[in-house]
Amino acid sequence: MTTNALVTDSDSGPVVVTGICGRLGRDLSRVLHRKRKVIGVDRRAFVDPPGDVEHHQLDIRSSRAREIFRHGVAAVVHLGVMHDPHESSVEHHDFNVVGLQKVLEYVDLYKIPKLVLLSSANVYGPRPDNPQLIREDAPLLGAGPFSDIRDLVELDMLVNAFFWRNPGTDTVILRPAHILGTVRNAPSNYLRLDVVPTLLGFDPMMQVVHQRDVLQAIELALMPGARGIFNIGGPEPLALSKAISVLGRRAMAVPHSLAKAAVKNLFRFRLTGFPAPELDFIRYVCMVDDSKARGELGYAPLHGLEATLRAVDEERWLS
Amino acid sequence: MQRNALARLADVAQGTLPFLSRVAHAATRARDELRQRLLGDDFEERVHSLRHRYVTLGGDPFGFDPETARQAAKIVAVFHRLYFRTEVFGIEHVPPGRALLIANHSGQIPIDAAIIGSAMFFDGRPPRVTRAMVEKWTATLPFVSAFFSRVGQVVGLQENAVRLLEMGELVLAFPEGMKAISKPFAQRYQLEPFGHGFMRLALRTQTPIVPVAVVGAEEQYLSFGNIEWAARALGLPAFPLVPQVLLPGGAMPLPTKYRLHFGEPMRFYGDADDDDSVIADKVWLVQQTINDLLRRGLRDRRGVFL
Repeated sequence: MTTNALVTDSDSGPVVVTGICGRLGRDLSRVLHRKRKVIGVDRRAFVDPPGDVEHHQLDIRSSRAREIFRHGVAAVVHLGVMHDPHESSVEHHDFNVVGLQKVLEYVDLYKIPKLVLLSSANVYGPRPDNPQLIREDAPLLGAGPFSDIRDLVELDMLVNAFFWRNPGTDTVILRPAHILGTVRNAPSNYLRLDVVPTLLGFDPMMQVVHQRDVLQAIELALMPGARGIFNIGGPEPLALSKAISVLGRRAMAVPHSLAKAAVKNLFRFRLTGFPAPELDFIRYVCMVDDSKARGELGYAPLHGLEATLRAVDEERWLS
Repeated sequence: MQRNALARLADVAQGTLPFLSRVAHAATRARDELRQRLLGDDFEERVHSLRHRYVTLGGDPFGFDPETARQAAKIVAVFHRLYFRTEVFGIEHVPPGRALLIANHSGQIPIDAAIIGSAMFFDGRPPRVTRAMVEKWTATLPFVSAFFSRVGQVVGLQENAVRLLEMGELVLAFPEGMKAISKPFAQRYQLEPFGHGFMRLALRTQTPIVPVAVVGAEEQYLSFGNIEWAARALGLPAFPLVPQVLLPGGAMPLPTKYRLHFGEPMRFYGDADDDDSVIADKVWLVQQTINDLLRRGLRDRRGVFL
């Protein structure tokens, strides 16, 4: 009998990172590889990895992926969630849900003591009747108007169920607010626009969190003993218009009905990466109460509001 | 010739310039007096103390913005001081920390909330921001939603109210709800049944309740009834039949005299998750207190417009 998990320590043993070739995954590998062995799994190639990162370029759904988890893995960080709204919803769903099910299967089978899922505060959904700061026990209503988030809600719930079924694994779900940085996600891309469209007469409060603060939260989640669901907010909330003015962008207010029709058509002709229902994110509030993460994980954002906002331009200065 | 013309021009200027400067002076003085009458001597100090409060709190997660509120206060002051000539009684009953203002709701459009907020800012010592619990529906309205959050209004959810009270804020709620505001004129000053949410909130957070009676708002629009099918068809919470809006200038409310009566704070103890019947008794006490304040206010007022 060789249950590898028993001999490894979840604090220092090797960690498998799925979706490691995304910008967040690459940065995570750079943070983690100094302290422990990092094994990457991604369909994409890892350009310029740190020397000691072991990368497997394969689909997580393939049977070959099993081998990676078999021996002495101490933790799994699941970042491999696809968010490309232009991809067909069938492929999207299959990759995300079947991929995660494989991960859960291996974690269960090989008794891996730690699983971290990077979910998102978007699972709560922007709604007019949201509480200003949503707690972890709130229902996940994000998928209502916005079917692309349905995947993410499903993943979150799958891991939630896994958490209760497998008490031997310390399962952590992180639900960060809008992540800003060099990442290519919708909020960062939105704030990178030279002229930022807003909805006429709407100016919701929003939360932003620096990508390095998200990495910090993942590191804290990997600590032994940490388990449960944690919202991750950033520095203090601010109004959307304030964020745009801090970045020195020009805002262009468009009536909601017009914006909805325009974005719908632009999206269809692939002129924008924003699907129309995402407009609700600049219409209604979707902010989280992260006092649980601050209290139990010891999380505290290291980047202030201005630094977090300016992070979307970091790459511009580098190139 | 030219020199002559210039000299003449100088003569004219000598005669008129002092006059003009006197006019300008008088205008400035009149403006200052009006400003002083509307906003009081310590307007900037009041704004400053609020700004200071939210800076020390590390910003307000609900989006209150002192600068927007400052501009809004200037406009509301015109209604508070000149148009409705609000008289405020017993505002000293509002305790300094967290408190829950419970008031009767009336007047077709929620001017009563604005006037209570204005009274707390201009007449309260120290000035307070009133965080009114507003209908969720308003969050879907352009401009209204953005403006409401800038001036400190909050979507009416128990969770939001708890958070505000824990911040030590002053929360205003109308437990009669939307149906009370669109009452026809014949039912003026008759309270609709109170909801129970505010009492559970007060019990949960150990917050004193300050009953407030608003006298004068019922007569600002004379409504003959509420056309429910029209409201449903237009997706509005109410569609009151108010003939006065057809007259020129009738969209403005009538300049009734507002009187705000603040009662003594009421403190309740018990389990916030108790049976409805237990909560109902406590709610009834508050409703009766507001009713008494209303009756007394109606009895003692000189007239609707005076």
